[in-house]
Amino acid sequence: MAQLTLPKNSTITKGKHWPAPDGADPKNLRQFRVYRYDPDSGENPRWDTYDLDTSEFGPMALHAIIHIKDTVDATLTFRRSCREGVCGSCAMNIDGRNTIACTKPLDEIKSKVITISPLPHQAVVKDLVPDLNNFYAQHAAMQPYLKTTTAAPDKEWKQSIEDREKLDGLYECIMCASCSTACPSYWWNGDRYLGPAALLQAYRWLIDSRDEATGERLDALEDPFRLYRCHTIMNCTQVCPKGLNPAKAIGEIKKMLVERAI
Amino acid sequence: MRTSYKNITGLGSAHKGVGHFIKQRVSAIALLILVPLFLFQFLASFTTGYSGVMAWLGSPFGAAVTFLIVSAMVVHMRLGLQIAIEDYFGGAIRTVALLLNSFIALMLWLIALYALIKISFGG
Repeated sequence: MAQLTLPKNSTITKGKHWPAPDGADPKNLRQFRVYRYDPDSGENPRWDTYDLDTSEFGPMALHAIIHIKDTVDATLTFRRSCREGVCGSCAMNIDGRNTIACTKPLDEIKSKVITISPLPHQAVVKDLVPDLNNFYAQHAAMQPYLKTTTAAPDKEWKQSIEDREKLDGLYECIMCASCSTACPSYWWNGDRYLGPAALLQAYRWLIDSRDEATGERLDALEDPFRLYRCHTIMNCTQVCPKGLNPAKAIGEIKKMLVERAI
Repeated sequence: MRTSYKNITGLGSAHKGVGHFIKQRVSAIALLILVPLFLFQFLASFTTGYSGVMAWLGSPFGAAVTFLIVSAMVVHMRLGLQIAIEDYFGGAIRTVALLLNSFIALMLWLIALYALIKISFGG
């Protein structure tokens, strides 16, 4: 259900300001406004601002956040791992758009103040760390593995080059959750709507020539909330840091369901 | 304590939705044809005054086009509003709003049907 205002204890207050280091060249300075929340403190979340000398760290948003943690404020909490767009850990909302911080160049951001907040509309564990348990459970519910009835062959399940090509643009998902948490339908009904990431994964198995559970998979998806909450808003496709198109995958699932109904 | 998996799988799949999807698109295509047809014919009948408009609405073709456009509009409106209600409301409000939506759509359709029958046969 839509929730358009923040509850009282979630209203964001003005936080601490961390000034630029002494002797920093003013033309290298940029201000970062970062969402801070510590549930253990009992306080409301706040916006902390950091004036950083961009010559002191690398070109990406993740470099800036790591720089804050290393040299300015060690209490800042965030997820990161591979720093090269493969693991999906550092997904967050940067300058109003969900993306992964490690592949987001700061010079692409034209705003004077760079705002960084956790992925929207998820419970916050701490600072920039959202609770993605439901998101992962949705992925698991898609049964993202080959399901067959025919006995397994001696060697491998064979797939033609053409059939393998159908999986391009689907298998590359790194499950960063940028797409699902950018989707208004997911915001309002995230408990019942599976969201673009899970549905992209579902389509990846629906279209796999080796998988024999297509009908069963479609059965599990045909639901006014699980699938049909997608209204082709396409925020998912717009924000995907890997350039994938979940909206198209969802459209293809809807087409498959029509195909088997008429 | 419920697990995340339990939370998101809930009561399972309703195994419906494709009918709604198809009806919404079929009614949209029908309206794409019917709206220009209706507007063209209906506005053209204006030149002949009140009796001309009534005569067109009472004619087999006029009555059929009007009946079809009203039906397609009511179906399309009900399905579209249903989506908006499901998106933005939950719990009891959702149930009541969905019932009202169906009721109002049916009422509008019946009123139009009654008017058409009256024009065609009652005079």
